[in-house]
Amino acid sequence: MIYEGKKKIWSDYQKDIPDDHFFYVRSCIRQSFFPASEQKFLEICNQRLDKDFFETEKHTSCGGIAFHSDAIPIETSLVIYARQFSLMNEFGYKNFVCSCITSFGLYCEALEMWREHPDLEAKTREILWDTCKREFTKPEYLVHTSDMIYKYRKQIAALAKYKLINNKTGKALKVVEHIGCHYNKIFPSKSVGGAEYPYVLAGMIESWGGEIIDYPERRHCCGFGFRQYLVKADRGYSLSNTHKKFESMEPYHPDFIIANCPGCTYFMDRWQYVISEMEHKAYGEYGYGIPVLTYEEVAGLVMGYNPWDLGLQMHQVNCEPLLDKMGIEYKAKDKYKGLNNKNIGKPALTPYLK
Amino acid sequence: MNNNRNILIIGGGPAGLEAAIQLQKLDYNVIVVEKSDHLGGHLAEWDRLFPDGIEAKEVLDKLLNNLVGVKYFLNTDINSINLLDNCYNAILSNGITILAKAVLIASGFELFKAERKQEFGYGVYNHVISNADLEAYFKNGKDSRVVESPSRIGFVHCVGSRDEKIGNIHCSKVCCVTAVKQACEIKEKFPNAEVFCFYIDLRMFGRGYEDLYLKAQQEYGIRFIRGRVSEVAENIKNELIIKAEDTLSGKPIQVTLDLLVLMSGIACSTGSEKLGEMLSLSKKEDGFFECKDSIYSQQLSNKKGIYYAGTCTGPKTLPDTFHEARSAAMAINMYMNKE
Repeated sequence: MIYEGKKKIWSDYQKDIPDDHFFYVRSCIRQSFFPASEQKFLEICNQRLDKDFFETEKHTSCGGIAFHSDAIPIETSLVIYARQFSLMNEFGYKNFVCSCITSFGLYCEALEMWREHPDLEAKTREILWDTCKREFTKPEYLVHTSDMIYKYRKQIAALAKYKLINNKTGKALKVVEHIGCHYNKIFPSKSVGGAEYPYVLAGMIESWGGEIIDYPERRHCCGFGFRQYLVKADRGYSLSNTHKKFESMEPYHPDFIIANCPGCTYFMDRWQYVISEMEHKAYGEYGYGIPVLTYEEVAGLVMGYNPWDLGLQMHQVNCEPLLDKMGIEYKAKDKYKGLNNKNIGKPALTPYLK
Repeated sequence: MNNNRNILIIGGGPAGLEAAIQLQKLDYNVIVVEKSDHLGGHLAEWDRLFPDGIEAKEVLDKLLNNLVGVKYFLNTDINSINLLDNCYNAILSNGITILAKAVLIASGFELFKAERKQEFGYGVYNHVISNADLEAYFKNGKDSRVVESPSRIGFVHCVGSRDEKIGNIHCSKVCCVTAVKQACEIKEKFPNAEVFCFYIDLRMFGRGYEDLYLKAQQEYGIRFIRGRVSEVAENIKNELIIKAEDTLSGKPIQVTLDLLVLMSGIACSTGSEKLGEMLSLSKKEDGFFECKDSIYSQQLSNKKGIYYAGTCTGPKTLPDTFHEARSAAMAINMYMNKE
């Protein structure tokens, strides 16, 4: 691996990301998969970094899953995006940031479709007016939340309580970064780092002391890919993709995986349970799995947030080995305590996954 | 110097040199301007030539030995060029001004920059090299990217050519046979290595090319796999993992290699782009100059007194380049006498 070669490519894909003032839209599935990630994103940006990220309950899902499963036509999707942009205008913002990779890909596609087909844009405007009595202007900047954490990575490093360094050995933690396909493979120029050697997550890991692993199946699908899981009968494809990735990364002994797509984080986390059940195998050390974290969760750990406030107990794979390596203090007994100390329940584990 | 007999040749590669030799024999004042530090263009950097394996140096020496009386400037660019009365006035980067009645553009080509096909990992993975790198290795015997005794070696055809994604849809013409030649040569160097060629289709159009292709299969045991390589990665042992599609068996395949050679195609040179702008010369969609008549007279441009030779009008073999250079010299001679 020639690091300088990668740096040269990264320099060709530097995205212009404003520093402040964003209209924020949430992801539908991240809300349930990793409920603390979005809340912590807003908390880190607005309170710790003193930025202005605005959200309103008036916004909706982007409808991406319905679009990708052919349940709604493109015209409907475009009107949904137009309405989100209209809300952004209503609250006086010009920069749009979304939390989901699927949404990000779709918003980028919408802007490109409108550029290439002005008739489609006119039709979108007409339907938006007919149905919602709204108009819209396009965002000046469209970014993903991982772009923002990348943008603020050095400020976060300056506030860090912990580093991505093994507390016992003093060595950098080995990290697998996984980029959601719709972040950079549709429009490489809209990403940080491009399609082949993306830098958005690698930049965070480098800034926080970790070391990125480049393994053969780095670019391979996580197993989410709508076609592979929407129909239950097809889920073997999903599982085999995830299996392929884990087999490929295993020799490098990663300490954890960071991902910027809700589907990737979820599937690589949950399928480790299924693989352990099917193959009696765990990919981490001492019978543990490999923790799969969102970038907000990693940022939160680095900044010293309580792991249970970050929602790490919502993951299938236990994160304690990682917390121990980073030297993070935590109360094991509090792991499954929710609001008012209510027991939120403990996930089942196979005998082959600690 | 009699300006009326001045001919400016832009480019000191095979086309420019051959045309210069012919025009010098006809007693013209020939001035060759070459932007690099050597004459011979890519030929000077190549080891052996297809299909017979003749040494590139042998051909270059012939050219240089015949270049008697021709004036040339190395490391020199054309700063500006424009038509003044009936002559072209060129100001060179070395401060010299040339007034020439005819200009032959032989600005050649550039090899496609393999790093632009990022999925192949040129400049990122240790054991990925280009066809030009391999020629340099054959010539000098040194390249740290080539392991001591590789057991598997791959060639990817059409890198940066016939590729809509990268914006080059033209066929580079000479890469297929170059790949076959290089595959045979590397097999000779490393007889125990397995050699794979990943191709779209093999365009063995020239005399002796098909024979070389059959020889590569029958005598050298080169394995030809019809299908594009989708991506290259490196495993923990620093070996290359190649993913491709075998379109004949209809299956995706994965091969582990010790060395991967990317067959960079012929791309339009930046020098041609600059000249085209200065002289308002028309170009085709592929970026190469447009000839006045693509069937009958490829050496003519759409401007009076401007001629073309070689790969500035598209990918060509060396024999074709030499023929075109001689033909351009003849056309210039007729033009000079007529005027």
